[in-house]
Amino acid sequence: MSAAHDDHHHGPAKGLSRWLYTTNHKDIGTLYLWFSFAMFLLGGTFAMVIRAELFQPGLQLVDPNFFNQMTTMHGLVMVFGAVMPAFVGLANWLIPMMIGAPDMALPRMNNWSFWILPFAFAMLSSTLLMDAGAPNFGWTFYAPLSTTYAPETVTFFIFAVHLMGASSIMGSINIIATVLNMRAPGMTMMKMPLFVWTWLITAYLLLAVMPVLAGVVTMMLFDVHFGTSFFNAAGGGDPVLFQHVFWFFGHPEVYIMILPAFGVISAIIPTFARKRLFGYDSMVYASASIAFLSFIVWAHHMFTVGMPIAGELFFMYATMLIAVPTGVKVFNWTATMFRGSMTFETPMLFAIAFVVLFTMGGFTGLMLAITPADFQYHDTYFVVAHFHYVLVPGSVFSIMAAAYYWMPKWTGHMYDERLGKLHFWMSFIGINVLFFPQHFLGLAGMPRRVPDYALQFADFNWISSIGGFMFGASQLILLVVVIKCIKGGPKATAQVWEGAQGLEWTLESPAPYHTFTTPPDPKLIHAQ
Amino acid sequence: MSNQSPTSTTKKLVRKLMLAAAGMFGFGFALVPLYDVICDITGLNGKTSGQYTVAEAETMAVSDREITVQFMAQNSEGMVWEFHPNDMQVKVHPGEVKVVSYRAKNPNDFAMIGQAIPSVAPNEAAQYLKKLECFCFAEQKLEPGEEIDMAIRFFIDENIPEKITKLTLSYSLFDLTDYSEPAQEITAR
Repeated sequence: MSAAHDDHHHGPAKGLSRWLYTTNHKDIGTLYLWFSFAMFLLGGTFAMVIRAELFQPGLQLVDPNFFNQMTTMHGLVMVFGAVMPAFVGLANWLIPMMIGAPDMALPRMNNWSFWILPFAFAMLSSTLLMDAGAPNFGWTFYAPLSTTYAPETVTFFIFAVHLMGASSIMGSINIIATVLNMRAPGMTMMKMPLFVWTWLITAYLLLAVMPVLAGVVTMMLFDVHFGTSFFNAAGGGDPVLFQHVFWFFGHPEVYIMILPAFGVISAIIPTFARKRLFGYDSMVYASASIAFLSFIVWAHHMFTVGMPIAGELFFMYATMLIAVPTGVKVFNWTATMFRGSMTFETPMLFAIAFVVLFTMGGFTGLMLAITPADFQYHDTYFVVAHFHYVLVPGSVFSIMAAAYYWMPKWTGHMYDERLGKLHFWMSFIGINVLFFPQHFLGLAGMPRRVPDYALQFADFNWISSIGGFMFGASQLILLVVVIKCIKGGPKATAQVWEGAQGLEWTLESPAPYHTFTTPPDPKLIHAQ
Repeated sequence: MSNQSPTSTTKKLVRKLMLAAAGMFGFGFALVPLYDVICDITGLNGKTSGQYTVAEAETMAVSDREITVQFMAQNSEGMVWEFHPNDMQVKVHPGEVKVVSYRAKNPNDFAMIGQAIPSVAPNEAAQYLKKLECFCFAEQKLEPGEEIDMAIRFFIDENIPEKITKLTLSYSLFDLTDYSEPAQEITAR
């Protein structure tokens, strides 16, 4: 063990205090990933309640108000509890190892930004046990539904969002400081792995929009408790203003959830195609363009509020423009695979599924961007199908791909490939059975956020629920794979994957507790 | 070891980033007045501007175009007043000052305060509707059973685009009785 000869080396502390007081980026990454997985299962449970209720027309299991609480909590927990912390966890584990840094730039703040999260989500989830019930106004919490007509628990929701925002802002400051200041000699910006690049851009997005989210919930707090009228028409406010401010946050937020995924996929596909990534520079510029465009398209979420035609046209064209840099990325991934010596281990399967299914979600996004068509699709299951296609086989599949890809580096053992493949195929089939019929439901006019529906929607809902249960159950396989992999399995080599490139693969597996305390040899840094 | 304090370049960068985050928090709030200003200038969202004052000497040219102005009234949720326009529509020449009225009645056996919020369709017509006087500029207090006529004195700006021949002025009436503090902002309309 090369780390053992270090004089003042000490390993992790023992017991619970290791995790409470840790400033080690690997420990904190692990905490983030486990927290995210727990939230994924919690949010998934809420989704199972939704799909169970929608299994048949009529009201069977839950009353409509509780159904609304489930849709709201599912959205909030998945977005802020599962997807975002998972990417922060990956960033913590991987960015220092990828750029040859000993740790994150601000290790103590790193600890703090993680440990805020369990409190935020404990506060949010505790509303489920209160008399007034959990927030029931949808994850987009449009005012005045979330102010004038909200359950009393809205205040818990507001402070939970404040905490999540603080955590994300600290996390992103840390990542920017690490990437800009802690790169090993020789690691120039244009040699950084794309995961680092996309996270750097994401961190700037977070820094720009999480404070706006904090602002909008603060305005809600004032409207609810202090008699202001930011969003109350009776007092001179404007409910449409809420939607503008919310989506000014909300649209960049969707890119916050997908840009790091692009980075993950750009690492995995070259490894298993055994070719260099096609068009590295264009990938960087495409990511930056997507980030910029994300700030000028927010009103496409609100075409139906009554906008002047000039505004509708602007937001329509700006939205469609995003397809260009995104198309560049999909082209580059495909070109990387073209004539490569491909093998299909679990991470690669998830990555290929990502490219195919995310592109489908992107195309339905283009359909929704067409203003006149959007008037029909707005608030239907077509929208639900669209954003689940980009978020589940998009963001979530990329997180799973990343977990399988780097798990041998984290645990030192190879995961069970048979179980991994079983998990992939169950998820892949489940997700398509779950969400594909929802396109048809939406086009036929089934509205979102309803616990009951007209009889003609029964068949597709039945199919969709079956897919939902299948997808939900198959995530338990992932839990088994992870636990098995931590406990044992074939020893992983340092290189792990034949075609893998990057500094993290020069470290032994499992990665030692402290790495790159001295900068790596610049010769190890590959030209991308 | 990871316990070393951050380098001075890191500290400087972190200070800048924190300032940026604080700035964006402020920007979120700045969007509120910004939104009102943009709506006021462009007339987007069908918001009408506040009270329009004409200098005594200013003579208004009356155009021979004719524009139909329609009136609508609706109660917001929970508002119980009888509330309707006395004229469903009037024809006006741009530049000509017109007076119309709405009727409101408080059917309850206690005094109530109402506030009317205007909206114009099509949105782009909003900025050409100039109100010299409007009951919507102030809260209305009605005693039990009281019934009043409330006036609007307005004219249409002669610069109104040719294609607009008809516009609708709609009022939503809100119940402010339980509002402890009078909403000051209202008078700005």
